[in-house]
Amino acid sequence: MKGNKKTFETAVHGVFLILGLVTVCCVLLITVYLIISGIPAMHEIGLIEFLFGTTWASTAAEPSYGILPFILTSVYGTAGAIVIGVPIGFMTAVYLAKVAPPKVKTLMESAVSLLAGIPSVVYGLVGMLVLVPGIRKMFHVPDGASLLAAIIVLAIMILPSIIKVSVTALEAVPKEYEDASLALGATPVETYFKVSVPAAKSGIAAAVVLGVGRAIGEAMAVMMVSGNAANMPSLFQSVRFLTTAVASEMSYSGGLQREALFSIALVLFLFIMLINATLHFFLKRNKEG
Amino acid sequence: MLNGKLSRKRRGYIGLMRALMYAFAALTCALVLFLIAYVLVKGVPNISWELLSTSPSYLTERIGILPDILNTVYIVIATLLIVLPLGVGAAIYLTEYAKNKRVVAVIEYAAETLSGIPSIIYGLVGMLFFCQFLGMQTSLLAGALTLVIMNLPTIMRTTQESLKTVPQSYREGAFGLGAGKWRVIRTVVLPGCVDGIITGCILSVGRILGESAALLFTAGFAHALNGIFEGLTSAGATLTVALYVYAKEQGEFGAAFAIAAILMGLTLVINLAAALTQRYFRRKKAL
Repeated sequence: MKGNKKTFETAVHGVFLILGLVTVCCVLLITVYLIISGIPAMHEIGLIEFLFGTTWASTAAEPSYGILPFILTSVYGTAGAIVIGVPIGFMTAVYLAKVAPPKVKTLMESAVSLLAGIPSVVYGLVGMLVLVPGIRKMFHVPDGASLLAAIIVLAIMILPSIIKVSVTALEAVPKEYEDASLALGATPVETYFKVSVPAAKSGIAAAVVLGVGRAIGEAMAVMMVSGNAANMPSLFQSVRFLTTAVASEMSYSGGLQREALFSIALVLFLFIMLINATLHFFLKRNKEG
Repeated sequence: MLNGKLSRKRRGYIGLMRALMYAFAALTCALVLFLIAYVLVKGVPNISWELLSTSPSYLTERIGILPDILNTVYIVIATLLIVLPLGVGAAIYLTEYAKNKRVVAVIEYAAETLSGIPSIIYGLVGMLFFCQFLGMQTSLLAGALTLVIMNLPTIMRTTQESLKTVPQSYREGAFGLGAGKWRVIRTVVLPGCVDGIITGCILSVGRILGESAALLFTAGFAHALNGIFEGLTSAGATLTVALYVYAKEQGEFGAAFAIAAILMGLTLVINLAAALTQRYFRRKKAL
């Protein structure tokens, strides 16, 4: 009887161990699949030509597979979204964490959660019908579907992550720090920005990195507003991101073209892994204080 | 007045920072309000009983989203049914069984990595693995399995957090009465983490409703009207994918906005539900 019970418990332990390892297996599965399917095209096209070629003409008679335009567009687009989104998100976070009356805070926090919950296609749709014509009229360009439109949409989409993580970090600042600063004669606003913010800097850095990850990985909303032509990035031109490059040709691609799309996904994945590692670093440092 | 004694430079700094803070906070609010109002104003007038209750027909040029609604429901059910045991099991392993710190760190890092991977990559790998390698073709089931991987970290994290709030003394009490580990988990630990599981489910439903990039290549964009079992093995668009197809490929903005308004309403409901359950369980635990 006792032996039976012991085997049973060991079996249960084993089952839970397997369930625990499912996540690890999923990560391995994704990594292995991307590497296996991404390497052949890179090899065939030539790594240098693939990464630094400036023309992407996958359906031309003499196809050319250079993804530099996509890489640069993703980098510029993300940088632009950060430049616009971080100040807005950061200031809102300081307001919410330190200044806002409790009722306003609750209300605004639910508004921010709502912003996080809105599906990306809805952002894309509104961008398509508000931003794109707006940019066309305001800057007198032939088509408003451009890098600028994508940057604005991404800036709005990363706001919730930046606000939420920054608020958490700012709220974790020990009250003694702020009290000491106030006692030394600093005004409340000076205390928030010169004491609380520096004390929460790891958390805020994590918020920014999280925003970078969100922006670089977004596909659908960007696809709907960026015009989707494989140009080198320029603010008012139609552009294609790493994510949209994969999404836009997948449905009709074949052969080397299809393999090249997998290689693009691998490049995107490497960017994301780098960002994840940075995020992990900042979060860990934030936890350690 | 305190400000009167401050130097001009300090007054300027304070004024500037305060102005920026209020302006940007107001901007964030305005953005949310604008988005909600714009989508509802443009979308609600396009919602009609016919749109909700029929499937699209090329013959009569009718647009109906009933198949998309049903597909969304099927995919939510299928995903949750699979992800719940996996996620809850993983969380139980991490908090109740795992003794090796390194194993815990590896699993937690894997979960963190999963939650950072963009959905388009999930879509691609899902297509390669589920649709092609496992031979499922483009089907709702393949889409649901892809979403299982995406939502695993969410369920894991919320369950883990609520497991941590189950007092250690409960477990010790049960062990002291002679219960085995599995029995303790089943009768003491699991009932204690119901709140985390429910919160995780609500968050996951929200994510599934909003997901499109991962489903485009795994679940496809057909609009056929099917029952659940038939539906799972055939291709089908969820509401978000249908929105994308109507807006981007077909230029049917009326239907697209109607779907957007429905999705916006669902997002509101889900956020409200998440907030209410959290409050309910917090109050219950405080008693």
